Amino acid sequence: MIRYDDLLSGRVKDLKPSGIRKFFDVANEMDGVISLGVGEPDFKTPWSIREAGIYSLEKGRTWYTANAGLPELRREIAAYLDRRFHLQYEPKTEIMVTVGGSEGIDACIRALCDEGDEVLIPEPCFVSYDPCTRLCGAVPVPVRLKAENQFKLTSADLEGKITPRTKALILPFPNNPTGAVMRREDLEPLADFLRDKNIIVLSDEIYSELTYDGTHVSIAELPGMKERTVVINGFSKSYAMTGWRLGYACGPREIIGQMYKIHQFAIMCAPTTSQFAAIEAVKNCDGEIAAMREEYDMRRRLITAGFNELGLETFTPEGAFYIFPCIKSTGLTSDEFCEKLLYSQRVAVVPGTAFGESGEGYVRVSYSYSVDHIKTALERVAQFLESL
Amino acid sequence: MDVILKLLSENARLKTKDVAVMAGKTEEETRAIMAEYEKAGVIKGYHAIIDWEKTERQLVRAIIEINVSPKRDHGFEEIAERVARFNEVESVYLMSGGYDLAAIVSGKTFQEVAKFVSHKLSPLESVLSTSTHFVLRTYKESGVAFCDDETDERGNASL
Repeated sequence: MIRYDDLLSGRVKDLKPSGIRKFFDVANEMDGVISLGVGEPDFKTPWSIREAGIYSLEKGRTWYTANAGLPELRREIAAYLDRRFHLQYEPKTEIMVTVGGSEGIDACIRALCDEGDEVLIPEPCFVSYDPCTRLCGAVPVPVRLKAENQFKLTSADLEGKITPRTKALILPFPNNPTGAVMRREDLEPLADFLRDKNIIVLSDEIYSELTYDGTHVSIAELPGMKERTVVINGFSKSYAMTGWRLGYACGPREIIGQMYKIHQFAIMCAPTTSQFAAIEAVKNCDGEIAAMREEYDMRRRLITAGFNELGLETFTPEGAFYIFPCIKSTGLTSDEFCEKLLYSQRVAVVPGTAFGESGEGYVRVSYSYSVDHIKTALERVAQFLESL
Repeated sequence: MDVILKLLSENARLKTKDVAVMAGKTEEETRAIMAEYEKAGVIKGYHAIIDWEKTERQLVRAIIEINVSPKRDHGFEEIAERVARFNEVESVYLMSGGYDLAAIVSGKTFQEVAKFVSHKLSPLESVLSTSTHFVLRTYKESGVAFCDDETDERGNASL
């Protein structure tokens, strides 16, 4: 008899299966749910982008592209990053098109880490940094973000965490799940702290276009930081293109060159149809992004006010499409709150603990839903709170 | 575009409180701005968008192309206003291209609409000719799709 257990990689076996899975399975199979639980836009990809993808298929462009992505797409990404965020990257050597932002995160961590190296991961945060680190045999070092700092990262949070084994700091802002944003004045002291350290900042800026009351600032824009930063970005959130699986990584050629090898052997190239569609997106769709951002912005105000009115204290998030209300006043844990809310009122929100232990006492509420949907959900949450 | 107008144009039944929050204003400010819009004739009214096919009401609509002879000193205004005065007329537009005015006319039956055109509209002094196009089915109106019930295919939870 075959003994799978002897064959499977210990590192993979040791990965904690996402604890949230069971809850999601229940939520996803339940009928009549008014969900505030998804992590992707409710908009459809703007038609001109979809049309560009369809046209590329009609023309029979169904082959592989260059490993690093279509040259025209890389040139347009460079132009876009300069236009929007004052970032200058050389399309040939400093930009690589990836399968979503996720692949860029994985390739970057793999390019940097050997067994026993350390990666600083601010929490709560998106779920992939920790397992990607562990798969390299490296050690995730959680950095707890504090509610009193609106879940921004400060250099004080990093004090004492950097060791000779530290290879990278993840900088995931605008943040999923908290909606926190690092403004220029927040980034500057952090950059001061990092400039004399020999570590790389992996700046996951996938939500950069969804920054409200001001524009996104990339840490790579600050003096002396470009050489120590890999920027991850993509099309999923800003252009409502999650299913197209397309992102990109930009950084020093020394690092991108190594990531390129991983990408080349593991992936070959990002989907060709998506790349052709993405050219239209970066070239001609700044207006579409702005329109979607305005829509999210209105919902953001509505839902933040709504939760605060219900007595679930919520700081006003400045980015992404999530709010992160504190539910400690109910006396329930995050998991209990979400489970009870789902079963009693059929409203799905995600426990903060899905994003790290420091998410305990909070839930993630998405507002990538219509105004009517949000209002109905708020009514149900109100009924739920009364029933406690 | 003013956020308040955008929100109301999409859903006029939003509570002033919610409009205010989404526009980043106080309720009092919002109420005052809306009153000002109404007074200045910017906001002309608040209507429900109804799919009459799903109701008991018999409703036939037609788009009428109208060629007219504009009057000295009044241009198209006078005849356009005359056409607009009829209760049967829902909307009137001045058009570029092959004809001058477009009117959307409604009635209970095809005959009723036809009769309105032949008895009331055509005889008007400046009307030179009309061409009637009956509406067979409504797919979208005022930004609202009538045909497809779109469901959210995203599932209830993801990270």
